[in-house]
Amino acid sequence: MKPAPFTHLAPTSIPEALAMLGEHAPDARVLAGGQSLVPMMNFRLARPAVLIDLNRVPDLAYIRDNGDVLAIGAMTRERTIENSELVHDAAPLIHQATIHIGHLPIRSRGTIGGSIANADPAAEYPAAVLALDCILVASSVRGNRRIAAADFFDGVLSTTLEPDEILTEIIVPKLPPLSGSAFVEIARRHGDFALAGVAAQITLDGDNVSDVRLAACGVGPAPIRLVTAEAAIRAGGPTGDAFDDAARAAAAEVDPDGDVHATATYRRRLAGVMTRRALAKATEQARRAS
Amino acid sequence: MDDNIRGESGGYIGQSVPRREDKRLLLGEGTFVADIQLPGMVHVAFARSNLAHAEITSVGLDAVRAMDGVIYAASGADLADELPPINGMQVVTPQGWRDRVDTDILIPDQPLIPHDKVRYVGEAYAMVVADSRYIAEDALELINPEFVPLQPLPDAQSALDEGAPLVHEHLGRNVAAFLHTKKGDGAAAMETAPHRLRRQFTHHRYAAMPLECRGVVADYDSRTDTLTLWSSTQVVHWVRREVAAALGMPEERVRCVAPDVGGGFGGKGHVYPEDILIAYLARRLRRPVKWVEDRHEHILNAAHSRDNVYDVEIGFDDSGRILAVTSSFLVDSGAYTPVGAGIAGNSIAHMLGPYDIANYETDCKIVLTNRTPNAPYRGAGRPEVGFAMERAVDLVANALDIDPFEVRLRNMITADRMPYDVGLTYRDGVPMIYDSGDYPQALNRALEELGGLAAIRERQKAALAEGRYIGLGIGCYVEGTGVGPFEGATVKIDPTGKIMVATGACAQGQGHETVFAQIAADLWQVPIDDVFVTVADTAQVSQGYGTIASRSTVTASGAIQGASDEIQKKVFAVAGHVLEAAENDLELRDGGVGVKGVPDLHMSYRDIAQAAKPGWDHKRPDGVEAGLEATSYYVPPTVTWAYAASAAIVEIDRETGRVEIEHFVEVHDAGTLVNPGLADGQVKGGLVQGIGGGLLEELAYDDQAQLLTGSLMDYLLPTASDVPPITVVHMETPSPLNALGVKGLGEGGAIAPPVVIANAVCDALRPFGAELNSTPVRWGDVAAFFGDDPYAQAEA
Amino acid sequence: MIENQTVSFTVNGTVRSGEAEPRMLLADFLRDRLQLTGTHVGCEHGVCGACTVICNGEAVRSCLMFAVQADGAEIRTIEGLADGAEMHPLQKLFSEHRALQCGFCTPGMLMTAIDLVHSNPNLTSDDVRTGMSAALCRCTGYEGIVNAVEAYARQVYGRGAGEGEGNG
Repeated sequence: MKPAPFTHLAPTSIPEALAMLGEHAPDARVLAGGQSLVPMMNFRLARPAVLIDLNRVPDLAYIRDNGDVLAIGAMTRERTIENSELVHDAAPLIHQATIHIGHLPIRSRGTIGGSIANADPAAEYPAAVLALDCILVASSVRGNRRIAAADFFDGVLSTTLEPDEILTEIIVPKLPPLSGSAFVEIARRHGDFALAGVAAQITLDGDNVSDVRLAACGVGPAPIRLVTAEAAIRAGGPTGDAFDDAARAAAAEVDPDGDVHATATYRRRLAGVMTRRALAKATEQARRAS
Repeated sequence: MDDNIRGESGGYIGQSVPRREDKRLLLGEGTFVADIQLPGMVHVAFARSNLAHAEITSVGLDAVRAMDGVIYAASGADLADELPPINGMQVVTPQGWRDRVDTDILIPDQPLIPHDKVRYVGEAYAMVVADSRYIAEDALELINPEFVPLQPLPDAQSALDEGAPLVHEHLGRNVAAFLHTKKGDGAAAMETAPHRLRRQFTHHRYAAMPLECRGVVADYDSRTDTLTLWSSTQVVHWVRREVAAALGMPEERVRCVAPDVGGGFGGKGHVYPEDILIAYLARRLRRPVKWVEDRHEHILNAAHSRDNVYDVEIGFDDSGRILAVTSSFLVDSGAYTPVGAGIAGNSIAHMLGPYDIANYETDCKIVLTNRTPNAPYRGAGRPEVGFAMERAVDLVANALDIDPFEVRLRNMITADRMPYDVGLTYRDGVPMIYDSGDYPQALNRALEELGGLAAIRERQKAALAEGRYIGLGIGCYVEGTGVGPFEGATVKIDPTGKIMVATGACAQGQGHETVFAQIAADLWQVPIDDVFVTVADTAQVSQGYGTIASRSTVTASGAIQGASDEIQKKVFAVAGHVLEAAENDLELRDGGVGVKGVPDLHMSYRDIAQAAKPGWDHKRPDGVEAGLEATSYYVPPTVTWAYAASAAIVEIDRETGRVEIEHFVEVHDAGTLVNPGLADGQVKGGLVQGIGGGLLEELAYDDQAQLLTGSLMDYLLPTASDVPPITVVHMETPSPLNALGVKGLGEGGAIAPPVVIANAVCDALRPFGAELNSTPVRWGDVAAFFGDDPYAQAEA
Repeated sequence: MIENQTVSFTVNGTVRSGEAEPRMLLADFLRDRLQLTGTHVGCEHGVCGACTVICNGEAVRSCLMFAVQADGAEIRTIEGLADGAEMHPLQKLFSEHRALQCGFCTPGMLMTAIDLVHSNPNLTSDDVRTGMSAALCRCTGYEGIVNAVEAYARQVYGRGAGEGEGNG
């Protein structure tokens, strides 16, 4: 399948990119890593008249230590994130999400911003940033807007970005002390989109839990914060029984669709199982940090 | 290349000679159809239906023809008078088969581009030729088609329902073929069986899915009125035949070549409309024409396979001896049946497998629906029927609480009963006689490789006590291989003394160029580098059949032998004349012929070729014609029977239902192995395809006959991570049916895995009385046996 | 009508140029404009890996890049692996281990393997299998491919695969 014709624009700075998008929206699409957009274009399911290619904007790729948070430029390659010691140590959940993404050649080109802006319901980063309450910075010629992750994803392949906005930065809170994280997913084959995946982070306070964060992907139109499951952990502490309760809660609070790969019933079950496994793993990591 | 590897006896046969194909492929110097670039070449794209069943009212091409860069466009109506449909009977079954199997066959012809109706999603209704594929695809969007949707038939059952619309009106029915055969007392024997059980088994739709999609390049030379066609096909001579017929040209003026082909597995084993259309365009437009399909087109149009439903009844006694088997099955053939009753004919013949069963009766309906056409894919009917039979055998064992391993042994034909008259007729019209082999030995060996039955059952018990679910699955089969009607080979001794071999076999990775060189090198007693092999070129062999049905080693070797034998008579006559020796005193040696025991009396093949020349100053004896070349058509007496026993241990994750294969074993016997390394690769490749079929791959349709799995994101091919530890053991019981003792093995690996996996999972889930009688085996279905809450208190 | 652009980049050590519409895929540019048909196209949606080339040192799917994006890049394709008549060590190992049958996936497998091995000195056996699951093969069942890549890793790093500490 060959894509439909388009005009290719290759800005070299952020202001230039924003101006181009401002001029051409809504007939333009932004090209980041291309690992999701180009297949759609090759199928002619996406046929933008103008493609604004961000791959020559060096100012959009960075990982900065800003004290309490990491600031990650939207065009930072998944492969760069995977290899980043800073991310591995300071925001391990982002690293853990990254290693589940596709395969190495995909991660060579794919970007964190592209994945988040694409908002595939089964993608890992959206669940991870939702779990961590990241701030997503949207930029346009009208300025910057800070969007809470909870307000960013609004449906299948849909976000609250305005047509003239580019996601430029992801602000990730660092892992607190006495904490651990995990990203657990199940897919039919290694590297496939998850049938269900759960991002978990837990902060211990003695026998109690002072913070727990759970978000799932693959089990609804958008990533979902598993609030009832979180409540079960806050109530029951980091125990096996509480993990079981959380698993049941997670299974009940998601509303997945069925498709050729998994029925709705099965995805619900998997949401529960992944929740439990992610909690166990994150807790184990937290204990080691203590 | 590396030094020639000869065995102890000095021959190449039986040695894992490295492949001569490797170098060009590893260097990126292979030539696949898409790589062919000719000056002035133009590109084709097809407009394909999004509706499964619709009348074509009109196809507006005016805007297309006016577009810059478009050279030509045509609809089915434009071509209807010039180009007839492909004859539906691409494979004609011999009278001998039709005498013994009750058949009622009404196969539809397949229009190259229909003008009346589209009959499946993906069927072409127009074609466009342009300067590039990009422009051709742009042009498709300017086509103005009008359709009247008709009720789609999404599956076989809907096509059989009362009042269902007809896929092909002129046939008057949606059943392309009714088949029936029986052995012994057939269904009547069921009455007296002490025990009976009945089940329905479903083997779902999946496909060959080679890495290289289909493609055709055609070039017409007006000076010689010759058409050359490069097609990614397994059957160059079939393509030539159909193209020549369609274009009204002698076959000798059409050359069909299959260059490097990126996998076929049966999916490229018949003539497609595009083969003929591209040829037509080249001659009409007087430009070289290229068409390469994209993956989405491939998934919709390249033949699908399997898609059978079996209703089986099995009668048995207290000891598990099977007394009677009956089956009634449906094949969802989709909108056309390019290989007619071939798959179902295989299923009918193979159901009884390696077992001694006195009574059998089967009937089949090959049903036309609005799905993609169904044609053979690796196994071609044997995986489907094997699934039904091997599941049934396990169910017999479960009913009697006897180990499924034991039940199989009790029913297996033992080695001392070979040759064994099955009491049925094969597709070639010849009575089926299993010729050689030891089925129980293979089964015993398979279990040994897994640690032995007793140890496996112990482990299983211990695991269950810990709340873990391990299962053993077994699947045994026999496989008729090396089927006729024939294969052709032309052998020549080149004036330089090299041995030139050309055969009608076609290669898609099997290593034919190497394997046939090994055979010829041994026949001629020359270093393997002195043998040159060409496959898949109709200009090199007048008549050939092609590579499908695990046949090429058997049949091509026979033809190479036949042609070589003929030339060798002349070679001895000439050498005897020149060396002044009796032919009995001569032997082949050292790249020529010499007098036995006299090292100095020797003529090289080069000198013999010189001596055998036509015209003046030749050195032929009287009565010996010039030239050292011969063509032979080998007709196998019948198929020769490969077989295997497969077994696997699986473990089930009770929380997710995920099936992990711990170890998969196949003990496989294909007679003498010409190149053991390549044979091993064939079996293992087939096994991984079978695992894909059992767990991952699925062509799923909705109730509007729309394909839901139209890309490789949804059609899941096994990756390196999906391959379990695999052990293949090769037994080599020679075939008594040919000089080399070879049997075919291209398909075998793909036959057993789906049923082995299903049997293993059911075995693991035996505490729940679980039965999984359809493929693919789904994790979700497995998980359901463990209850709704994975974290409820475990029950004992 | 969208104008062609001149695209220029280094392929296998040599600067090559050609004309391309923006929408022309890098895979098609390599094959049709530069006659480097060793890179194969199997799916055009980034799944099969047959089109994998090395771009600026990393394996990428050339069906998911536009040729215009490669302007100024350093690309390595299968045609650039051998050193004249001498096959690359990985190519030799592929032949020894029977890592190819039809050869269609082979270019993608080789380029995927080169990046996989050279970017990770701590490659384990499991890492090889996981890493090579990036590309599809329909013929071999992967055993030869995995064995060849493990052997290559051993050659490159001078010790057994399986002895690495893995990826953390």
